Formats: sequence, C-alpha cells, structure tokens
Amino acid sequence: MVNIYVDGVVCEVKEGQNLLQACLSLGLDLPYFCWHPAMASVGACRQCAVKQFRDENDTRGRIVMACMTPAAEGVRISIDDPEARQFRASVIEWLMVNHPHDCPVCDEGGECHLQDMTVLTGHNYREFRFKKRTHRNQDLGPFVNHEMNRCIACYRCVRFYRDYAGGRDFDVFGAHDYVYFGRTESGVLESEFSGNLVEVCPTGVFTDKTLKRHYTRLWDLQTAPSICVHCGEGCNTLPGERYGLLRRIRNRYNGEVNRYFLCDRGRYGYEFVNGGGRIRQPLLRHGAAGRAQPTTPETALSHVARLIQEGGRVIGIGSPRASLESNFALRALVGAEQFYAGISEQESRLLSLALRILREGPARPPSLREVEQADGVLVLGEDVTQTAPMLALALRQSARQRGIEIARQMHIPEWDAFAVREAAQKEKTPLFLAALHGTRLDDIATRIYRAAPDDVARLGFAVAHALNDEAPAVPDLPEEVRLRADEVAQALQKAERPLVVSGTGCGSESVMQAAANVAWALCSTGRIAGLSLVVPECNSLGLGLMGGRSLEAAFQVIQDGTVDTLIVLETNLYRQASAEQVDAVLRNARHVIVLDHTAHRTTARADAVLPTATFAESSGTLISSEGRAQRFYQVFVPGGEIRESWRWLRDLAVMAGRASGGSWQTEDEVLAAVALDLPHLQPALEAAPAQGFRMGGQKVPRQSHRFSGRTAELAHLDVHEPKPPDDPDSPLSFSMEGAEGQPPAALIPRFWAPHWNSIQSLNKFQSEIGGPLRGGDPGRRLIEPGQGSVQYFDEIPAASRPPDGHWLLVPIHHIFGSEELSVLAPGVAELAPRPYAALNPGDALALRVVEKQEVVVRAGKAAYRLPAKLTPTLPKGSIGLPVGLPGAQWMQLPAWGELETEPANE
Amino acid sequence: MERPLTENIRPGEAPLDLDGYEKTGGYQAVRKVLGGMAPGEVTELVKESGLRGRGGAGFPTGMKWSFVPMGNDAPHPKYLLANADEMEPGTFKDRFLLEGAPHQLIEGMILAAFAIQADVAYVFLRWAYKLAAKRVEKAISEAYRAGYLGKNILGSGYSLEMHLHTSAGRYMAGEETGLLNAMEGRRATPRSKPPFPQISGLWGKPTIVNNVETLSNLPHIVARGAGWFKELSLTQDAGTKLYGVSGKVKSPGLWELPMGTPLRQILEEHAGGMRDGFKLRGFLPGGASTDFLLQDQLDVPADFRGVEAAGSRLGTGAMIVLDDRTCPVGMVHNLEAFFARESCGWCTPCRDGLPWTAQILQAIEEGNGRPGDLDRLALHCRLLAPGNTYCALAAGAVEPLQSALKLFRADFQQHLADRRCPWS
Repeated sequence: MVNIYVDGVVCEVKEGQNLLQACLSLGLDLPYFCWHPAMASVGACRQCAVKQFRDENDTRGRIVMACMTPAAEGVRISIDDPEARQFRASVIEWLMVNHPHDCPVCDEGGECHLQDMTVLTGHNYREFRFKKRTHRNQDLGPFVNHEMNRCIACYRCVRFYRDYAGGRDFDVFGAHDYVYFGRTESGVLESEFSGNLVEVCPTGVFTDKTLKRHYTRLWDLQTAPSICVHCGEGCNTLPGERYGLLRRIRNRYNGEVNRYFLCDRGRYGYEFVNGGGRIRQPLLRHGAAGRAQPTTPETALSHVARLIQEGGRVIGIGSPRASLESNFALRALVGAEQFYAGISEQESRLLSLALRILREGPARPPSLREVEQADGVLVLGEDVTQTAPMLALALRQSARQRGIEIARQMHIPEWDAFAVREAAQKEKTPLFLAALHGTRLDDIATRIYRAAPDDVARLGFAVAHALNDEAPAVPDLPEEVRLRADEVAQALQKAERPLVVSGTGCGSESVMQAAANVAWALCSTGRIAGLSLVVPECNSLGLGLMGGRSLEAAFQVIQDGTVDTLIVLETNLYRQASAEQVDAVLRNARHVIVLDHTAHRTTARADAVLPTATFAESSGTLISSEGRAQRFYQVFVPGGEIRESWRWLRDLAVMAGRASGGSWQTEDEVLAAVALDLPHLQPALEAAPAQGFRMGGQKVPRQSHRFSGRTAELAHLDVHEPKPPDDPDSPLSFSMEGAEGQPPAALIPRFWAPHWNSIQSLNKFQSEIGGPLRGGDPGRRLIEPGQGSVQYFDEIPAASRPPDGHWLLVPIHHIFGSEELSVLAPGVAELAPRPYAALNPGDALALRVVEKQEVVVRAGKAAYRLPAKLTPTLPKGSIGLPVGLPGAQWMQLPAWGELETEPANE
Repeated sequence: MERPLTENIRPGEAPLDLDGYEKTGGYQAVRKVLGGMAPGEVTELVKESGLRGRGGAGFPTGMKWSFVPMGNDAPHPKYLLANADEMEPGTFKDRFLLEGAPHQLIEGMILAAFAIQADVAYVFLRWAYKLAAKRVEKAISEAYRAGYLGKNILGSGYSLEMHLHTSAGRYMAGEETGLLNAMEGRRATPRSKPPFPQISGLWGKPTIVNNVETLSNLPHIVARGAGWFKELSLTQDAGTKLYGVSGKVKSPGLWELPMGTPLRQILEEHAGGMRDGFKLRGFLPGGASTDFLLQDQLDVPADFRGVEAAGSRLGTGAMIVLDDRTCPVGMVHNLEAFFARESCGWCTPCRDGLPWTAQILQAIEEGNGRPGDLDRLALHCRLLAPGNTYCALAAGAVEPLQSALKLFRADFQQHLADRRCPWS
C-alpha cells in the first residue's frame, strides 16, 4: 500500500495502480471515457485530468491524466482544482461538438456514461455553432446496432474488439475529427463477443439490436440477478423485463467468473423466453390419437397425480438445463432409484468421468479469473470458443500474461496498455492446441496439433508421461508426436500457473483422461495445476452431482415394459438419442408426462405437458463447470399457468401422496432438502442469502427508484394500484420499494450509483477496481482438489486408423446453433449454420466432391444427406458433422461412418 | 564561411555518387569510427559538439543516445531511424539534403547507428519526396556495394542493415513516436512516454529517431571534431543551420548559415528583403507551429536560445513571412485548418478542439464572427497546452494562433466589427 494525497487528504491505496484506478477505488467521482478496467489505460480522452503538485510547497501544479500517472508514494493531486475542473468540462464540450444530443431517441439514454460524465463535469451550455460531422452507419448483423454520429472516439470499442477479444473485422478508420469505428463494409460482426460493444461503448453508438426491437426505457426494466443458461460456464447476468417481455441481458460482474463481459450466445440467446413456442397452459391428450388440449392446472395436476397414484412404476428423467431444485423435486417424486439423467449415454459417461477427475484428483477447476492468469496452457480436444465461449475469452487474456511479464521487467506498469503491447510484441504465453479441426483460438496458439480424438488423447498421454514417468507411456508413439509432447511438457513445466483445458465436446473419454493425466503430472511437481473441463449445459455438473442412472438404463426399463408413467423434466429426448430409439421408448411408456417451457418433439408426444418457468421466471441453483453453485432469481412473474418445475412436481407429490419430505413452500426449503439428502451439495446453501434475508427490515427491490409509470401501467384496467406479486423464494421484491444501498453480491439486481447510471457504476460495487464485489463474489465452489494419491489413467487408445472404406465422423460445435435454447432466439438462429458435412479439401478432391455438393454420410443404420463443406483445417480422413443444429438428427460422435457421393452436377 | 552540409550540393544537379562523395572525404568518418573508436566515444564526441536535434525540438543529440541501453545485456535488435518525414508547413530543408547529399545522410546514420550499436536503420521518408526516394535508394545500394552497410562493415565486426521506408503521408507520422507506430504498420498515433523510444521503441526495442539534418552533421563532427563544430556557430548553440524563408520576399530559399545568424540578416541579406510594395508585418521563425515574431525582433540570433528568449521557437528554422497585404486571420486559419486536418484523432482536445478553432477562424474571415469568438480562441490556446494533449501537435498548433491573437488583435476585431475580411 502507498499513501497519496487527494485534495489535501491522505489516502492509502494499493501499489502499482494509476491515479484513476486509485481514485475510483477510493470511491471518488473522477470522470473518464477511454479507460476501461479490463483494458487499462491509453490516455486518449483526456477526461480524467487532475492537477498534480510536486510537493507541499508547489501551489501551481500541472495537469496530468490520472489514468496515465502512477499512484506512487507521496503523489499529491487535486481533483477539485478549478483549472482541472475547467479542463474536464472542456473535454466534455469538445466531445459534444459532434455528438447529436439525441438522448430522447437514443437507446442508451438513461444508462449512458456520456450523459453521466456530462452532468458530472457540469458542462451544460452548448457554444459550438457550426455543422456537426455525420457518418453513415453499418448493418453489423442481428445483435449490434450502429449509430456512428453519437461517437465520441474513446477507442474503447476497437480496443475491446481487437486487442481484448481478438476480432479482426472491426477497426478504426480515418483520422482527425473524422474517425470511424466499424467494419470495412456492412456485415455481421465475426466476433463471438461483439455484444460487449454495447456495454463497452460509453454512449449510444453500439446498442443492443434485440432490445431495439422491443425497446423500453432502461430505467423501466425490472431486473434480478441471474445466471446464463446457454453453456456450463455459469456467467452472471442481469436480464431485464417490462410488460411480461424479456427485453435484454446485461452483464453482471462476478470477479471470479465472467467479470466484465459476456459472449453473444449468453447475451442474445434470451429471446427463447419470449418465443412463440412457449407453452403457457397445461396440455392433456385425450386418447392416444388425439391432440393435446389446453386445460386448467387443477385438471392437469389431478389427472397426472392419478396416473402416478394408480400404481405401476413411475420413472423420472432429469435435466442438465433444469435447476438443482427442479431436478431434486423430480428425484423426490419418483425416488432416487427411479431417477435418470436426461443426457445421452455418452454424455453421461463423460460427465461422470469429469466429476471423478475433478473430485478425486489433485488438479483444481479454475475460475475464469484464474484462467486469465494462467502462464502455460494446453487445450486438449475442446473447441472452447464454441462450447464455452467465455473460457475462450479468458484463455485469450492468459495469452497476454507473457507480454505483461516482459513489460514488468522493463518497469512498464501493467495498466499502460500500449506500452505493454509494444514491449510484448508477438510474445505470448505458451498455449498448445490439440483439436479435431481449426478453432478460433488458433491465432494465439504456440503450436497446433490437429488430429482424431484418439490421437489427441495420445498426445496428451505422452505429455503427461514426459512430465512424470509414473504416468503411463504411450506405446508406438511416432517420433514426431513425441517431440511435440516434449515441447508441450517443457513449456508447461516452466509455468507457475499451468492450465489444462478439455471437456466433453469431442466426445472422447480418452481425451479427458489424458487431460487429467497431464494436470496430475503437473501437480506432482508441486504446483496446483488448473484443469478446466467443459461440460455442455448450465447445470450438467449439478445433475451429475445429483447422481441418477443413465438414459440408456431408463430406455431399457421402458423397453422392458415395466414403466407405467414416464416423467420427463425439461428435456427433449430427441436431442439425446436417436429418433428411432426415442420413438420406441415413448411408445412403450404407457403415460408420458413432460414438464418444459417450450414445445419440442418430446412435448408433442406427451400425454400431459406442464408449462414450466424459464430461468427468467423462476429462481434456482445451478452448478457451473468450475463447480460453482450459483443462484439465479426470478426476473418477472410470467402470465398463463407457467410455474417452476419444482412447484409442479411438489404439487404432484402432494396430490399423489408421495410428498414424504412434506410440502415445500419455498425454494429454500427444496434446497435444504437437497442438502439433507445429498450432503456433498450442502455448500450450495451458501451460494446466496436465504429467502428471509432483509436489509434494514426490507427486501431488495427489482425495480429501480427511477422506474416510471407504475401507477399508469395498468390504469386502463383498474385505477387502483395492484399489490405487487409476492416472492416467497427470495429476498427480492417485485417493486420499487425496498432496501437502498448495496445488497450482498449475489442479490445485486442492478448496478447504479448516484451520478453513475451506466454500467460503469460497477466501480462503486467493488472493493477495488477490477477486484471482487464488496462482500465477496457470488457463488460457492463445491469442488476442491482431492487429497488422495494419484491413480493415472492407463487405458491409452491405439492410434486412430479407420477401418477400410470408413471415415471418422467427428463433432463440430457451433456457438450459434448447437445449444438448444439460444437457437430459438431469432438473432442466434440467423447466425446458425445449416447442417453440413465438413470434408478436407484434399479428400474432397480425391472424391471429386465440390463445395455444397450433397453427400450421404452413413453411420450404423442411419444415413444423412448433407451438403459438403470444404474445411482445410479438418484432418484428412475425418468428416465433421455439426452438433445439435435445429433440424439435424441426433448422432453419437465420434463414430466410424461411410460416405457416398454422386457425381457433381455440371 | 563554412557550409559543411551543403558545400557539395548543386541544386538542379544529381547528387554526388559514391565515388564523388568519397573524393570529397566521404565515409572517412565511418572509417575513423569503425577503425577503433568505441561506441561510447562517438556518443561523447557528439555530446561535446553541442549538436542539438534539427527536427524542431532541439534536444541534445548525444544525450538522447545516451539513454539507449548498451552492453552485452542490451536488447537487440536496436534501431536507428532517420526522420525524413518532413511535412511542417514552410519547411523544405531536409528535402534539400535528401536530394542533394544522400550519402552524407547515410554516413551520418551509420555513425549514429554505431554509437548506439543499432542493428537496423531505416530512412522514414515523406511519401511525396519521390526524387529523394530514388536518390536515397540508389545511395543505400551503393553503400551496400562498397561495404559500408551489411555484415561486418569494413572488417570491423560491426553490422548494419539499412532500408528506405516511404511513409503513407501524414503529418503525425513525422512525430517521433507516431513514426514508430507508422513503421510498425499501425495508425500513426503518438505513444505516451515513458517508456521512451530509447528503451521501448520500434517493435518494442531500443530505438533512436533523429532528423535528417541532425544526422547529416555527424560525418563532419566526427571528421573534424567537436571544437570545430562549435566554432561554426556565432552563438552558444553549435554548428551551422539550414535556414529557409518563404513568403513575399524577393528571393525565397534555403541557406546554410552559422547557427545564431541574426534573423534580420537571413531575411534581408539572403532572402533579399520584402518584395517591392510589401511590408513585413510579422513572421513565424521556425515553421508553422511557432509563435509569430514582429519586425522589432529581427535582431534576435536565430538559434534555439535566442528565438526562445524572444517568445517563439527556432523549430525547423524555416521562416514564414507575413506581409501587410495578407490577412493574418486568413493565414492563421490556413494553419489551423492544416493542423486540424493533420490531427491523428487520438486525443480529444486536439481532435475536436483544433477543428473548432479552424471553424471559428473561418467564420471570422468570412464575416460571420461573433462576440466571444476571440475569447473562445484564446481559451483553446490555453487549454491545448503541453501535457493537456497526448502529444505536442496541438500545443504547437496553437502557437501561431495565440501570438496572432495578441499581435494582430486589431485585425481580428476589425473582421468582427466590419463583418468582412478587410483584405478581401
């Protein structure tokens, strides 16, 4: 810590910061634009000017930029100095020269950093009388709206897009007062993180295009802390609702997890909540052939309860995208022995392997913040940009660690962004990629190895062996691969914070085992190696920790004809097994009850459908791939007869006389039951304050004090203001009224502070800039490294060699398209590819197949007719098939398959 | 009077080729240095000579070099860059040297490179200097052929690669650090200091950027000594200086004269005084980004200290003359429009402040000035001060404006009162 003097007051601040960080950490209001805590200082906007004095005798001082000046011991500054104040007001005035002052029609209005800073500096009268420069806007795709006239040229967008997120199709053009931020021409932004421009931009140049289509004043949004449901990383979000429509997702800072950013799938996938396919009424089918008809909840419940009660065997299939509470409610209803996991056999095996590795081995699943700090990385098999995008963004930051270290040796502070970049040049943290095909991290990779899953695994096993002799050697290892493995091992050996990344994405247990061996071998040298295992869904780990037998086993008992009633929780079985198999299963179960929020093939086959709440309409607990239990809260009360799955299941249990644990009234009670029944999940209780938590006797309001039109909203129906809905599940209220001040981190429903209406108000919620939220970041980790002795995996696969005439069919994941819910959002759907068969161009040439030509891929009994897509990064002998796209058939991958071609049409 | 820089330049003729240059004593300095001087000795010699940078800022050259890390642990490659991106309005001195004596520049670059133990040298040339590009390129290849460049120069063990880089043509690319960014293929925006280029310059490696005229002096300093160089000057600041005069004078041009030659002598003797029918109203002593001086300051010696004491800067030594038949508001508008256009757009005060001043000046010039305009211009002059902006462009840009507001205030006021330009 060092002491600095701010306006005569001595303040203790952390060493190594710049003055802007220091002042903001002290809670002082110092305006800025170009600085961003995740992207450091560049000194462009000149907004954070303060007066610096040489010593106590210096009365003149000189203006310096706080963001570019070290907060060194004894530094004396004044924020309040009249000259500094005038300069800051002038900077706003200059920025406003070309700004259109169109706040009343701007989507950013009300949470605009430029508005805030303008008011803060006191500039309020416009002296500029000449013409403003104007720009043409671009169509940047379905997510981000472009309105360049509002630009104040802070350069944050381009620094985020290129320097932070590695995008290449966005840049700054032009010069002097005609700088332009955009693409060379209109077109969809290529970066998977483009939506962050909306939050990075201090004004309304980049705004949320999905919000624009159903715009509402930003202060009129009802918001609650939530967790993203579109992959397993558990990013924290702030969804906002008005009039029953979810309007947008905004980032919710969690210093350990997503920090300042979100991926586009997480930000824009939300529109499934408003989707036309939502089920809002219970449906009952009368007679096998009839269509399911809407009915009342009472009728539906009593009908289904009777089915359960009337005996026979009832089994339940849980879901990796349903909350811990809902899964547990199903498990309680049907009994642990009758509870099955709603994931494919393969995924089930991979998931239990992942859990075993993480719970028993010495490697630690790192938080995303820890991933950013890694100084040596091996990625085995997983295409993280597509399956866990924010993990990819974190890895991109880890790549910069080496450069930061070089700069440090040159006495360049970490916050001096461009000086660090210069010092670093092309030096990057070693990152080795072993993948099935080209990935979006290739540009930061030290070496890339592209091969079949078994060969990727063999490389991993070889690395582990090179690190520690006790890890088994790989038989028949080609010299070329051994050299690669040695190089990886040497680089990881040098790292202080090594990290191994793998996951379920390439469908191979061997790959994950190899990753575990590498991480464990690293641990054997006295370091705690990080091991990130990517899992597919937002609560995959939660479901895995709950136990439950595999889907295959469920199908078996159904096929045996012993099941009378099958209850499917938030799962489309057609995404987990072949259509043939699911058809047969659904035929064999006498009664099929499905609980879900959106119609799909499985709900269409159900005898009864109970409409469930999405993440935005319910509260619950999810466990991320880090093993972090996190609570998401209901954002709004849905219309229709939508209820949380666990409430339907509880009612069924009560009505069917199966509520052995009593009738839960609140989510806390369910979670308490979870903890009682499954003690290893007990820490999940600490993920967030209990329902009874109050601040000064009050709940935390979901609506801001700026919420408008409360008394007018429903005045056309009733002039009496209705009582706000109750929320028995959380310490949050559906109201403007309630506690003021900062609630515990897990309960923060929005970021706002006096003078700070924009997301930058986050500064006021952190104990230090870029550090944890006050009182600690939300969530509770459930998995810490095991203490026992290491048992290396020793089933090393043989080198991949296809049987004659066969091809290796490998999965290709797509950030936009492969995930079930987000693809229901129109913007995501627009960017999702159509099914295809990827072929190496060399193979295609030999087969005389051209781009887009239809080929037939056969695997087992199934055959798929797909257009060919020539993919140079796909190894020869492989065929890449996209996973999970709408309209694509389920398929277990990797698999051996055959390829049939017809001559290309001339 | 000695004119070491230009004595072998024949305007309108091709420059000396390698043979011709060697016959005039060319590359003897390189032979001397590589024949047994230590790098530190060269730096010491240049420090002792009192040579100050000729690009405008006047920083002592030897001192600049001395910040470069030396010795076995020093990072490599190190770079030496000749800043030949001459774009200051009214300035054309480097062009004269580039076109007229390319080998002199190359020799100077080899000496500077050796002093800092650079591995690679670049001539960063203004794109519009097409003839200079041809001549410098030819000279570089001649120097390579003669073994003055490349591996193991003259058997000394010292190696230096040299390349010509023609820039994309922006004023900001001539700013020391903007130049580095431009060289790296980035936008020509300046860098903040620290770190200084001597520590982290081109591609993050130790780098020296020197002006063409500065570098061209080195062969002579090495060959004839620091004392001789100091003696060339009439005043404290050493050497000769290329002075230029443009405007309504009888014979505008460029002359190599002893440093410290009085401004009056440059204007009246060498430029022949004002054209008939024109009276001198004022002048910018050192290019577009210096303060106006008036007739009564003509006896000031044209060196760094003298011009600064008079309230302006020697800058590039290129004098721009304002006569009584030219509107000072129009002239300043022209300059501010130039600087506003050449702003890189990086920092707010320069990007959005300079165009505003240009627009106000244009309005005044067109008879659309308003009360308060002069105050706003003055405010900009105060706010666009060194340190308030990212680099020195804006601070330099307001120098002619702030002095014009003081010295020609009556003209500004007349524009406002008459709602027209009195000269139009």
